[in-house]
Amino acid sequence: METNEVFEKVKGLFIEDLGIDESKVTMDAKLEEDLEIDSLGIVEVVMAFEDEFGIEIDDEELADVSTVGQAVNLLHSKI
Amino acid sequence: MKTAFVTGGSRGIGKSIALNLGNKFHVVVGFSVSNEKADEVSEKIISNGGSSSTVQIDISESNSVDEAFSSIEKDYTSVDVLINNAGITKDNILPRMKENEWLEVIQTNLTGSFYTSQRAIKLMMKNKWGRIVFISSVVGISGNQGQANYAASKAGLIGLSKSISKEMGSRNITSNVVAPGYIETDMTSFLDEQNRENIIEQLSIKRIGKPEDISNIVSFLCSDESEYITGQVIPVDGGLTT
Repeated sequence: METNEVFEKVKGLFIEDLGIDESKVTMDAKLEEDLEIDSLGIVEVVMAFEDEFGIEIDDEELADVSTVGQAVNLLHSKI
Repeated sequence: MKTAFVTGGSRGIGKSIALNLGNKFHVVVGFSVSNEKADEVSEKIISNGGSSSTVQIDISESNSVDEAFSSIEKDYTSVDVLINNAGITKDNILPRMKENEWLEVIQTNLTGSFYTSQRAIKLMMKNKWGRIVFISSVVGISGNQGQANYAASKAGLIGLSKSISKEMGSRNITSNVVAPGYIETDMTSFLDEQNRENIIEQLSIKRIGKPEDISNIVSFLCSDESEYITGQVIPVDGGLTT
């Protein structure tokens, strides 16, 4: 799967599952500051990623993820 | 229609809760061994005009919990209400208590409720609505001779429930504990007449409790009207603890 395909799927999850405004979901957007996702929201996003892509994400891998782009890259590397 | 899952729903307090929730929810009656009794409860809910099904679950085994939840999800898409009611006793005075008597009671009563709650919460988070009620015991608050394992497991449920209430409040998921005192069920059938009189002596309301005394408050805690009540422990014990 190409990076942009992963991004489109991720974008879809943000919009549908978390009700985030489509225009805000860019590769540079910060999850907490720009998208206003709280810590529990991050957990929800991760669980949605795991379901969507059929992967498991360790807590350690999440430590470095603070933007949409970093999340997309992490997912891309695991698929 | 929202779905309520009652573990240990085939008899005693769990049965009463299942029948009561049958007025408002699709009720999944969880049972470990008594499938015929679970069927009876389910049929009674249906004959009362409700909707119900049964599922086999051994809450002490995470695989069994996974299977039960997968089956409920497949048929009814979600679990909106979870009643952690199933539990066991293996009474013994502490100096004589065997390690397995301790471990089995903790595994079923406390760890089992961790398994079910974790599965249910993942579904409730998606729906941004949920109700969890733990059936603890006044013994978890006051302790009891011969029940160190049971009391510890029931006290553990209080910490579990309060933590869930803090983690999940922002998603409209409430978690509360109901702590029954002496209630007329199979679990208290060993009490003889003298025991009964001694117990009633300690109560403000001079009778042993009925399963309905518990199911009425549980039903309220599962409603929309209780949305501002979370992280609480509600003793229903005729005034045994004050």
